[in-house]
Amino acid sequence: MPLNPALPMSKRDLLTLIGKAGGASAMYFAMSSMGQAQASPFKGVPTFEGGAKGASALIIGAGVAGLTAAYELRRAGYNVQVLEYNGRLGGRSWTLRGGDTFTELGGASQTCQFSPGNYINPGPWRIPHNHYATMHYCQELGVALEPFMQLNYNAYIHSTKAFGGKPQRYRHIQADFLGHVSELMVKAVKKSALADTVTKEDGEILLEALRDLGALDKDFRYVAGRQSSERRGWTKGPGGGLSAEPITSEPLTFESVLRSGMWNHISDSMGSTHHTAIFQPVGGMDMIPRAFATKVGDAVRLNTKVTAIKQDETGVTAAYVDTKTGEKGTARADWCICTIPLSILSQIEMNVGASMAAAIGAVPYEASLKVGLEFKRRFWEQDEQIYGGITMTDLPIGQISYPSSRYGSPGSATLLGAYGFGAFAYEFTSLPPAERVARAVEWGSRIHPQYKAEFVNGVAVGWHRVPWTQGCFGTWSDEARAEHYKNLCQIDGRIMLAGEHASYIPAWQEGGITSALDAIGRLHQRAMAG
Amino acid sequence: MQMKRTSNILTLSMALAAGSIAASADAQSAPEAAAPAPLTGVHGGDLDGAFINARSFSEPDGEKLYRRVCAGCHMPDARGAQGAGMYPALAGNRNLASADYAIYVVVKGLHGMPGVGRMMTDAQVADVVNYVRTHFGNRYGDKVTAAQVGTVR
Repeated sequence: MPLNPALPMSKRDLLTLIGKAGGASAMYFAMSSMGQAQASPFKGVPTFEGGAKGASALIIGAGVAGLTAAYELRRAGYNVQVLEYNGRLGGRSWTLRGGDTFTELGGASQTCQFSPGNYINPGPWRIPHNHYATMHYCQELGVALEPFMQLNYNAYIHSTKAFGGKPQRYRHIQADFLGHVSELMVKAVKKSALADTVTKEDGEILLEALRDLGALDKDFRYVAGRQSSERRGWTKGPGGGLSAEPITSEPLTFESVLRSGMWNHISDSMGSTHHTAIFQPVGGMDMIPRAFATKVGDAVRLNTKVTAIKQDETGVTAAYVDTKTGEKGTARADWCICTIPLSILSQIEMNVGASMAAAIGAVPYEASLKVGLEFKRRFWEQDEQIYGGITMTDLPIGQISYPSSRYGSPGSATLLGAYGFGAFAYEFTSLPPAERVARAVEWGSRIHPQYKAEFVNGVAVGWHRVPWTQGCFGTWSDEARAEHYKNLCQIDGRIMLAGEHASYIPAWQEGGITSALDAIGRLHQRAMAG
Repeated sequence: MQMKRTSNILTLSMALAAGSIAASADAQSAPEAAAPAPLTGVHGGDLDGAFINARSFSEPDGEKLYRRVCAGCHMPDARGAQGAGMYPALAGNRNLASADYAIYVVVKGLHGMPGVGRMMTDAQVADVVNYVRTHFGNRYGDKVTAAQVGTVR
């Protein structure tokens, strides 16, 4: 961070301030800035010049990476077959609905009790507009999208250490922080404190910009008034009729906003992967694999646990066990695209070179937790006027995300009652599922007192207990990436890897899809070269 | 004094404007500014030390660390688990004969396993290694020390 050490506030002071904000929110935030995610480089699918010429491809794993590879290779004329551990397509592109059963490592089994229409996405749950490849396939395959309410000014920021634990509306923190900071900047400009970097003429422009940005009044003050109330909201909003005169609201003091640490969340939706427009598939994220299934579902062998992958001069053979029948078998093709998460692949015998093998073993998998909760009614909408969006908290639940669909509908609804990483995610995962749900209800009730009376049921996924990933996503350190990433993505004989782990967009479907497109493009070139 | 205060705040606001993402990322590596909340704190952190700090483990001894961190994967009975892959059993695990190996895996991780010891103090790593090496059918008498952990980091 470019801090000027000559200025009086030391970096340590600043870090101390920031540290007070810390907590699960910082984890979430680092997650969102992970990989310095930029707009995807997706420019379309490979052209497969020359055709497949009868070649075959074995794809291991039917997540979005494997499904993309299968779909495109089949369209190019390759004979494709896909092996999938689970009894469904999609991998982490996964939706839990009423009646679905999930059995985690250790044997604890949950059958989701949600009412029809309610669901939770334990894995990816949003698609930013700049994830062009994911958007491309949604459009091509007819996956209906709807806006995901990423930023809701009326949702809360909550801290156990500020405002007596009372949740604050995002609009209050955001408007008041910008307003007060703008007023301070105005004072600095007027005192010529910035004269060495800002000319007098630019200073005049800056003053007007600050008045606009901060909603300052005619005297450049951030105080109760029309300007500030139009940003942060009124105590009594303007209406019609005899008693319609609005009443302005009183901004929080600068000190209280600053010391609350809540400013840390003003930027939560500024990262490019959280920019609006951002979307979700109507009805659940698994609408994406379901759409792929209409194209390549017939090529997928489900309930198939791959135990070894062996390549020779003419092809690749995967040995497998059918997890339902115990039957053993093999599948063979000219080429192999393997999308098994590295946490699992590092345990599977596969004859690749030392550099790829080292890369496969170099990526730890992150802890993460999601809890879906069903309530009898949409109290967040009915009582608190929160329609979608995310409340952030320093409680171990990390955040509460309200459903971005079916606003205003009567009856039950589900929300995301916990989503977190770091130490809390490990500690949640160590609990039995029912206890994770109970904790999410308990902590959530500190923000929404209606929780306890309205709660119906819940489901909790601790990603280290997920039998087919043993973690949420691959966490590349800068050092590991420098040493191993290219070795992971290179073609090794007849084997190539794909998945979010073979991308610079960890944990996002876009990483899996773009890695698959890159892999099959290079595979085809290799195949053409003979 | 007033001027200094304004400058401080200006620095903060400019730093935020310049790179709030970087600021947040730094916050992750900054030492926890506030002292850990007491066990009866507003979080309602558990009596065994869980759920107190988002960025590091607060469990005070080896057994509690095992139950609230390691057991998430290796399971409460330390027998591991089997799915598409597996988590190795730590019960009766001969690799634990080497204390240095155990410390290394906890601190550095291994394959898909994160180095969870990075979120523990040296003493916590030593405690949990000693606990696992003397429970679940493991009987290795040579205790490791926090200083030993420090040399591995």
